[in-house]
Amino acid sequence: MRDIKIEVKDLSLYYGDKKALKEISMQIPANKVTALIGPSGCGKSTFLRCINRMNDLIPSVKITGEMLVEGVDIYNKDVDVVNIRKKIGMVFQKSNPFPKSIYENIAYGPKINGIKDKAQLNEIVETSLRQAAIWDELKDRLDDSAMGLSGGQQQRLCIARTLAVSPDIILMDEPASALDPISTSKIEELVHELKEQYTIIIVTHNMQQAARTSDYTAFFYLGELIEIGKTNTIFTKPEQKQTEDYITGRFG
Amino acid sequence: MNSPLPSKQIFTKESLKKQFRLSEFLAEKVISFVAFLSIAIIFLIFIFVFKESMPLFSFGKKDKVKTEIQTTSDVKVESYEGAETSTEEIQPETYGAPTEDLNPVTQETQTSEELEPDTYGAPTEDLNPETATGKEVIIDEKATENKEGADRTWSTFFSTEWVPVSDNPRFGLLALLVGTLKVTIIAILIAGPLAILAAVYTSCFASNRRKEIIKPIIEMLAAFPSVVIGFFAMMVLATFFQDIFGYDSRLNAFIGGVAMALAAIPIIYTISEDALSAVPKTFTEASLALGASKAQTAFFVILPAATPGIFAAILLGIGRVFGETMIALMATGNAALLSANPFESVRTFAATIGSEMAETVFGETHYSVLFFIGSLLFIFSFILNAVAEFYVKGKLIKKFQGK
Repeated sequence: MRDIKIEVKDLSLYYGDKKALKEISMQIPANKVTALIGPSGCGKSTFLRCINRMNDLIPSVKITGEMLVEGVDIYNKDVDVVNIRKKIGMVFQKSNPFPKSIYENIAYGPKINGIKDKAQLNEIVETSLRQAAIWDELKDRLDDSAMGLSGGQQQRLCIARTLAVSPDIILMDEPASALDPISTSKIEELVHELKEQYTIIIVTHNMQQAARTSDYTAFFYLGELIEIGKTNTIFTKPEQKQTEDYITGRFG
Repeated sequence: MNSPLPSKQIFTKESLKKQFRLSEFLAEKVISFVAFLSIAIIFLIFIFVFKESMPLFSFGKKDKVKTEIQTTSDVKVESYEGAETSTEEIQPETYGAPTEDLNPVTQETQTSEELEPDTYGAPTEDLNPETATGKEVIIDEKATENKEGADRTWSTFFSTEWVPVSDNPRFGLLALLVGTLKVTIIAILIAGPLAILAAVYTSCFASNRRKEIIKPIIEMLAAFPSVVIGFFAMMVLATFFQDIFGYDSRLNAFIGGVAMALAAIPIIYTISEDALSAVPKTFTEASLALGASKAQTAFFVILPAATPGIFAAILLGIGRVFGETMIALMATGNAALLSANPFESVRTFAATIGSEMAETVFGETHYSVLFFIGSLLFIFSFILNAVAEFYVKGKLIKKFQGK
């Protein structure tokens, strides 16, 4: 694995007294898609939320260990959480556009970053919508409410919104779990196109999806990282018995 | 077959037959009856209030003719009615006003139709000699006033003076309206920002622990008796602000506004807080994930999403201030002055009713005007609620959340 983007060293996470992540150590390569798989409650979403410190919102969470993004420990006291999140975008399981117009949804990120120029904003909106492959569907109705879009469109809008702040890393928390097969395939194509420019980490329940979209796959079980490797290897010749059992559908 | 579960349901024509469930039927009827009753009661109250102000609406010539006909042809009926009401109404009145002068006066006036109302209205000692001595004059005046009373009263509505009890009564609603608006605006300008910022703080910034402490305390203020707030404003706030601003009249629109803001804050706060808390947490997460700070999230995402609720909260706050009586009575100075200066005494609609209803004469113009003010308050709160309902649901939601 060359070009390491994120290096995790002995990361543990506690919800109160409960240890939800147990000494995770892994390396995530740059400009690749890394899929996190595992049964429900295995900690893969929790781990994903650690990467842009979304777990800070939960008061009882305590985190130990190191999370190095390009060599910088993001849990260091000197690091500003707002700046981390600008560089590490996130797409959520449930599409959550703001109750604003489509244009405002995309322009929100650049606006809070201080971009006021109207022409520049328009350009950003168009570029990010194009990147998210939704521009043709929405270009005539940018002033409509984002809440009126279909589920798949909303999710791609959320991806476009994330792209608009030009992050370095994109985290996706089961982005297609609530979508129909057609929307899902669109999102998967999108992921495929985006990995040229971004490092993508995607949590998924759907093993075919992991196999289709990702370059690397990490298997989590009961808060532990069981195995990480090239997706091909993981799906064909896993080293661990547990991984094989899960992938072949014997449990999970 | 000793299973604890009930025996299997078998579908037969019999078991699927329509059943009449008495208890359910009754419960439904009782609930809907009570609901309709409450609506009807509100409606009836309004009808009553409005009905009492009806004499104000008998304008112009038609009315003149009517009264003339009445005075010529229906004299007997009229006097009979008068006598009846007088025996009914005056008796308690005379107990209530144990002045020696009153008895002879009322007896005298029973004979004349026109003067009757005046005797009710004369429980004060000052007024008694007036009615007794100036009897002839008053009769004449009353006659003219009855003929074109409504017109005259309406013309005084737009005058600047509120002098309801005098030989030449003037009912300058304009002064009262301006007074009410002054107090309302001041109160909302103070209460709105404070309450909304407090709500933003508790729902977006405060830790759960602090929220649990702050919210109940502010909500408890809503149950604070307004007379206590009025008292506090009258004794403490008035002096405090006089030291700062150095105005002349101690009790004025500003003090009243501040005191009413204290009454309105809990209402605005509670409803805004609910509206802000009802904004889905996913919006917060999405905004934070885009690299927004807490404050940016609060003001650019959560606050706009909760705007309809906050607007409704402000309207309810205005309603509370507009109808607030006790604080207005105690803290505004109660002088119906027409001016733009916030540091001058004012008299609000509600306070006018509160302070004068007990002293007014049943059935007289003053009495009708007070009820007219009452219906104005009623209509105003109705309009406020209607605006809150339709404007908020229609326009504001579109504006802040796209089409």
